[in-house]
Amino acid sequence: MKTRRIDNYGKINRDKILSFRWDKKNYKGFEGDTLASALLANNIGIVGRSFKYHRPRGIFSSGVEESGALVTIGSKDRRDPNVRATTQELYNGLEASGQNAFPNVNFDLAGINNYLGRFFAAGFYYKTFMGIPPLEWGKGTAIWMFFEKFIRKAAGMGSASGLPDPDTYEHAHDFCDLIVVGSGPAGVAAAIEAAEKKLDVILVEQDSLIGGNQLAENDFDNSQIKNQLENLGIKIMTRTTAFGLYDNCVVGLLERVTDHISASNVNIPRQRFWTIRAKHIIVGAGAIERHIAFNNNDIPGVMTVNASKHYLNRYGVLTGKRIVIATNNDSVYETAHQLSEAGANVTVLDSRTNFEIETNKSFEIRKGYVPYNINGSKKINSLDISKSVTINKSETINCDQVLLSGGWSPAVHLLSHRGVKPKWDYNNACFLPSDTKENITMVGSSRGLWNKNDCIASGIAGTTDALNRLGISKTNYFFPKPGGWKNPIQPLYEVKYKKSRSKSFVDYQHDVTTDDVRLAHREGFISVEHLKRYTTLGMANDQGKMGNIIGLSLMAELLNKEISEVGTTVFRPPYTPVSIGALSGRNVGKHFRPLRVTPMHQWNIDHGAKMIEVGLYQRPWYYPKENETLSDSYIREASTVRKTVGICDVTSLGKIAIQGPDSTEFLNRIYSNGFSKLQVGKARYGIMLRDDGIVMDDGTSWRLAENEYFMTTSTGEAAKVMSWLEELLQTRWTDLNVNVTSVSEQWAGVSIAGPKSREVLNNCVDDSLVITNNNLPFMGVTSTFLKGNIPCRIARISFSGELAFEVYVKSDFANTMMDLLWENAKKYDGCLYGLEALGALRVEKGHVTAAELDGRVTIDDAGLSKMASTKKSYIGSAMRKRGVLKNNDREILVGFFPTNLKETFNAGTIVCEKNNIKGQGIGRITSVTYSPELGHWIGIGFVKGGLDKWKDTTLVGADPVRNKQMNLKVVSPHMIDPKGERMYA
Amino acid sequence: MIRINCPYCGERDHSEFSYGGDATINYPSLDASEKEWTEAIFFRKNIKGFQFETWHHSNGCRMWLVVERSTVTHEIKSVKPSHPDLQKIVENNK
Repeated sequence: MKTRRIDNYGKINRDKILSFRWDKKNYKGFEGDTLASALLANNIGIVGRSFKYHRPRGIFSSGVEESGALVTIGSKDRRDPNVRATTQELYNGLEASGQNAFPNVNFDLAGINNYLGRFFAAGFYYKTFMGIPPLEWGKGTAIWMFFEKFIRKAAGMGSASGLPDPDTYEHAHDFCDLIVVGSGPAGVAAAIEAAEKKLDVILVEQDSLIGGNQLAENDFDNSQIKNQLENLGIKIMTRTTAFGLYDNCVVGLLERVTDHISASNVNIPRQRFWTIRAKHIIVGAGAIERHIAFNNNDIPGVMTVNASKHYLNRYGVLTGKRIVIATNNDSVYETAHQLSEAGANVTVLDSRTNFEIETNKSFEIRKGYVPYNINGSKKINSLDISKSVTINKSETINCDQVLLSGGWSPAVHLLSHRGVKPKWDYNNACFLPSDTKENITMVGSSRGLWNKNDCIASGIAGTTDALNRLGISKTNYFFPKPGGWKNPIQPLYEVKYKKSRSKSFVDYQHDVTTDDVRLAHREGFISVEHLKRYTTLGMANDQGKMGNIIGLSLMAELLNKEISEVGTTVFRPPYTPVSIGALSGRNVGKHFRPLRVTPMHQWNIDHGAKMIEVGLYQRPWYYPKENETLSDSYIREASTVRKTVGICDVTSLGKIAIQGPDSTEFLNRIYSNGFSKLQVGKARYGIMLRDDGIVMDDGTSWRLAENEYFMTTSTGEAAKVMSWLEELLQTRWTDLNVNVTSVSEQWAGVSIAGPKSREVLNNCVDDSLVITNNNLPFMGVTSTFLKGNIPCRIARISFSGELAFEVYVKSDFANTMMDLLWENAKKYDGCLYGLEALGALRVEKGHVTAAELDGRVTIDDAGLSKMASTKKSYIGSAMRKRGVLKNNDREILVGFFPTNLKETFNAGTIVCEKNNIKGQGIGRITSVTYSPELGHWIGIGFVKGGLDKWKDTTLVGADPVRNKQMNLKVVSPHMIDPKGERMYA
Repeated sequence: MIRINCPYCGERDHSEFSYGGDATINYPSLDASEKEWTEAIFFRKNIKGFQFETWHHSNGCRMWLVVERSTVTHEIKSVKPSHPDLQKIVENNK
């Protein structure tokens, strides 16, 4: 196979040869190549197949706008689909393959789709999955669902590996005065000017080299510029894309750290996701050359003019021998000259008739000519051309390449991210950036400047603008006017050619043709946002970088409007694709979210605990012995607590220190029950309501001293309650002298429950007198010492319904406390119990937790009306009495038994009347357990009207998700020891 | 990303803060009527432009702040402590 590489051209390093594989064959390229340039050099024309029609696709561009050469890089777990070959740097051992083709891109069986085009027109999916008109036959049926899978598969692009990503990614942060996006002449001028004015500057470039489009010039050398930038202390970030602009001058960057090298080094991340907080942003992101729509304008060998210039001068690849350039503007002539100098036979078709251009006559210029049809399928054989866009006097030129330039589109994307709509410039046939009040300045060709001197001037003006806005200077400046070509551009978006099966592409990757745009118009999708979604124009990987303007111009023509009236779709981040890995960074696997453990976490594990996640906390779930299952274990643990004694880690409860002279008044306002008469040395269970009268949380508060309380909250609501208390004190009751401090991490807590709990504790405290029934009655609190002089707080609080104590020590003493308690509990055949047994014990007692207090439940619904004081006002006291919360048919807390005591049920079961099993029923079961005490399954939950209404009626528990149904008996939620005699023991 | 200039900690990302709500509400006294409370809790203006709102520096100094922010552009005009006494102290220290 002949090479297209030519001597004496390009900036590649010809001393360093790199081997790579393309579709399972070996090839060679040079250091400095992209995959695209290496493929072109090796004369590989077809690199992919299109989305719907599976037409052969070649390389259209030399940059991020590429919509043809999307390939898969790497293999196995490092397989990366839909990579643009034009931006993938070549490395030794690179493995790449074509996509969307079977068996390969050169011979693709699905190429038949090309001839079925009429069935795959715009809106194909919408129409197909609606069923077959007129009766929408088959809509939603199994047959369509069955076909859908195959249709979707046929229209895929590359596929992901499906394996865990072996690479690591990082999040990084930085700050600067000025961030400059783009290192073309404008960006570099701006950065230098700013650095000389002592600003702290970051310069971002998506390419591996700085220079921007100057890299396509044969005499360009960036080393001097690089030295100058570095000497000025500018931070240069290459291979880094500014993918999005956000509020307050925050810029998102994606740095590709190792995508250009073969060896995967575990010590370096593959990509870095940067959040830059700048004071000003200058965008010099350049402009993108557009193609022209005409028949078969997608045959491999079609390319933008500027791309061929890049391939020639940067990579030493002459992309064609007999080249036809089709244009409507001045920008192509330098390239035409250089291509012919490099040995190609060049013809320029310029749609304009009246213009002057200086050339050395080394190539032919045909004024007033346009291309209208390419002959060939896998490569270009010849081009049909016409004088004037209404096709007449046609002629055919033999050629192997067609280069297109339909004008240039400034890259206004980043500004568009900020909601700034670009404005259409009729003279330059492009969208130009509008002004913004934010500290963002557009410079260079991204503000429509086509020559280098104007770009440099705009860069300096941009920095002056920045300095003025930052209040550093007050200098007058002006930007050069948009444009800069000698002859004006003549709008040319499409050359129409009416022949059956002609396909004229607007968006290459998504196979959107000019006919699709017309179909969308006929079917009423005339708003550009509808056009986009109906045809998928601009929704491919390139996000319409090349094709959007053509689509807009066609719609404008159909609507008989100007492009400025049709408008443009909004560009949203990211500018180019960002991998999911980079977004998640290190927050994967066990680092997905923060992990909270109690100070006795390891102690629990060492003593056989199986752990469960509760919010962010790891809590002991159950402590199995030998072959015990979860069920065996929690039933044993719960029974042991009822019979002797059990120990449970309750550290995850929220703990708040409340101090100050107004503490009592404060608590009295936030809890629904009275706190004004709580004595020092006593604790009280309390319920907090929200402003709207719904229960927020429950917990206990212990009066440690006249002006000092220790509050516990539920595990799940701890953070919310803390913020709520701070809000009240800082925004609402600013006259109260109260201080709240979170002490959740400072105290380790344990519950000792069961008839033998006092005896166990007797052996553990320094002075056993302090915990006698007289000295520490139910709800009593004391500050004392565990053996070994360990200061502790003990409260006689019971969640299980047994005689029970909560003991708190400083977190540092957690393990010592556990050792001491466990050693003594063992003497009474006690056990360690986890959350599952704790749940069983509390369900037996009808105690509510987060499963019941779900933000919809009132204090009355929860059966806790006696906790609502009538002698004072408190948060929620007015609103809890509003009509809707006082309805007779509210769901009230009850207990449930299965009528047949051998049956089981699940939380989430819907409670219904026997002859009316449908919808949301009349209630729900929220928590269930096997009750060791009663010997069968029990549950608590809610039912409209409560116990009084249903105690003698058999209801039905419907569980359609688990395909279960059972008869239910409604009972009191207090299923064991309803008078609470045990806990007062 | 919104950047909020906390009077205690300096300019920080909004992800350090939790949004509170309308900062201009005068909550009625606890013994006020259901009607007064209903108005305070449920009726909100939907302002286009600058509004005063509370933010909690929940992953920072844990102070509640009053932020004057544009609902259109996210531009922030002022940030003050919610507590009037603290507001005075911050003002005096400027």
